Amino acid sequence: MKLSLGPILYYWTKQQTLAFYEQAADADVDIIYLGETVCSKRRELSAQDWIDLAKSLSETGKQVVLSTLTLLAAESELKTLRKLCNNGDIMVEANDMAGVQLMSEHGVPFVSGPAINIYNARALNVMKKQGVTRWVMPVELGRETLQELLADAENMGIKDGIETEVYAYGRLPLAYSARCFTARYYDLPKDNCQLKCIEHPEGIAVHSQEDDELFNLNGIQTMSGRTYNLESELSNMQKIGVDIARISPQVDVTFDKVNQFRKALSGESKTIALSEAECNGYWFKSPGMDQVISAD
Amino acid sequence: MELVCPAGSLSALKIAVDNGADAVYIGFKDDTNARHFAGLNFADKKAQDGLAYAREKGVKVFVAINTYSQAAGWSRWQRAVDASNELGVNALICADMAVMDYAAERYPELPLHLSVQGSATNYETLTFYKNNFGIRRAVLPRVLSLKQVETVAQYSPVELEVFAFGSLCIMAEGRCYLSSYLTDESPNTCGACSPAKDVRWEQTESGLEARLNDVLIDRFEEGENAGYPTLCKGRFKVGDKTFHAIEEPTSLNTIELIPQLQAAGIKAVKIEGRQRSPAYVENVVRTWRRAIDLYNTNPEQFRVKKQWKEDLAKVSEGTQTTLGAYTRAWQ
Repeated sequence: MKLSLGPILYYWTKQQTLAFYEQAADADVDIIYLGETVCSKRRELSAQDWIDLAKSLSETGKQVVLSTLTLLAAESELKTLRKLCNNGDIMVEANDMAGVQLMSEHGVPFVSGPAINIYNARALNVMKKQGVTRWVMPVELGRETLQELLADAENMGIKDGIETEVYAYGRLPLAYSARCFTARYYDLPKDNCQLKCIEHPEGIAVHSQEDDELFNLNGIQTMSGRTYNLESELSNMQKIGVDIARISPQVDVTFDKVNQFRKALSGESKTIALSEAECNGYWFKSPGMDQVISAD
Repeated sequence: MELVCPAGSLSALKIAVDNGADAVYIGFKDDTNARHFAGLNFADKKAQDGLAYAREKGVKVFVAINTYSQAAGWSRWQRAVDASNELGVNALICADMAVMDYAAERYPELPLHLSVQGSATNYETLTFYKNNFGIRRAVLPRVLSLKQVETVAQYSPVELEVFAFGSLCIMAEGRCYLSSYLTDESPNTCGACSPAKDVRWEQTESGLEARLNDVLIDRFEEGENAGYPTLCKGRFKVGDKTFHAIEEPTSLNTIELIPQLQAAGIKAVKIEGRQRSPAYVENVVRTWRRAIDLYNTNPEQFRVKKQWKEDLAKVSEGTQTTLGAYTRAWQ
């Protein structure tokens, strides 16, 4: 099974971002996704900067993929999307049907990101016809659904030529809104948000009144409070036909996680327990926030 | 503009029809629609009766089959499409590509509308759904500003429907998994958000507590209006503040935008609330019918009447209404 680094979902400074990808270039991952997927006001790196960075990273021999914005409403956002889809060189991950439409017009293979609603094999088949060669399962789905979906895909004769990727580590992207919750926290209008997200490289924690860490505010995106971690399930994932496990960048721990995942894949690490701040419920068809101990 | 009204039951359907709906939308009694609640929706016989009633008054019937099917349940979605075709409904409201693919292939004459759960916020997305499934109309999510709605409408290859009134979903519909993160059900998978089976109310010394799968969503002091614990409308702690960190309980009301929506070429306005009472349906449908009729008779003189506001406030969540994302200030 291959390992990928997902796009950075938070807003990091240009310096922080470039330093991260310098490390990523040497890290033991097969695929690097990069680009702004959450908010078009985050412009520490421009679309051109991302394309240039992607091109220079692809010289490392890793596969590099440009990820596109998830919630596209403004014309300026479509314009950026067109620029990324037209880059002519680097593979694209579409996170909205607008991206799917453009890539299908271009007739080049592309990746369907985690915010594209593929819940069954028939939908996967529709996407395959558009040119999808890899799909990332929506984060709220789990093992059983995936197994059934892949079995259906096999029966339909569409499984060949499609890779399956699973979001396996990091806070989960759970929702996208017109409203910016980071700006709301600061009592600022979204139009004048002062780019407060940059002060929160790991988002802003939302606790219940009983101090449960429920969610995490990341601009217009709401993330899980707990960190999703499927490290202990990697070998099972491999068995049922997952081709790629995605690690979503988090401050400090990302590359340690890459190494731990590698060890787990090679069978080096034995028991892998989750910490209190982690969850894996979705994989086991339980509430996403839950920690489930696998029976096998 | 067509007035599209919710019907969670046969009595709500009749009331909507009698009070001036141009179309009503219904769902079947299972998880194929996004209001999969106990005691709600239509089994075959009721659907036939509803259709006959609406037909006689010249009112259209749409069927929402707008959740996402998974392998094991596919036959239910397939059956819902087949049954709708057999009933002879005016359109299906769908979100799942699989459902649209099946319906378009099997029943090419049956009109398809893209549900709000399909999450189309721009015209490139609408082009995708038109090219692949021949959709005739799309319902836009409640996340767009009026200006954005106008732009989408200008370039849209299909008719557009927008939300007029009802519960305010603050997230882009179809892309929100908050509910399945705390419970085991979400709108996409089960047609439910913050499901009632997981709600627990408890009077404690610190106040009335509302929990969802044991997670404390809100705590109300005596005399406070205790709303349903929809998880995005709870009071949470962020830094040193305890507040509605995501959204306050409010309802969307766009009645004053009728002239702008009409000018933008919007073909239909939708009232949310298949889970609401017949009294709600009556009040909201009647008020909106009057407003649209007044605008159609005399567009220049259109003003929002005080009576309308008062009537709608009675059935609003938290008794507040907002223009929501239609105004940039709210965003």
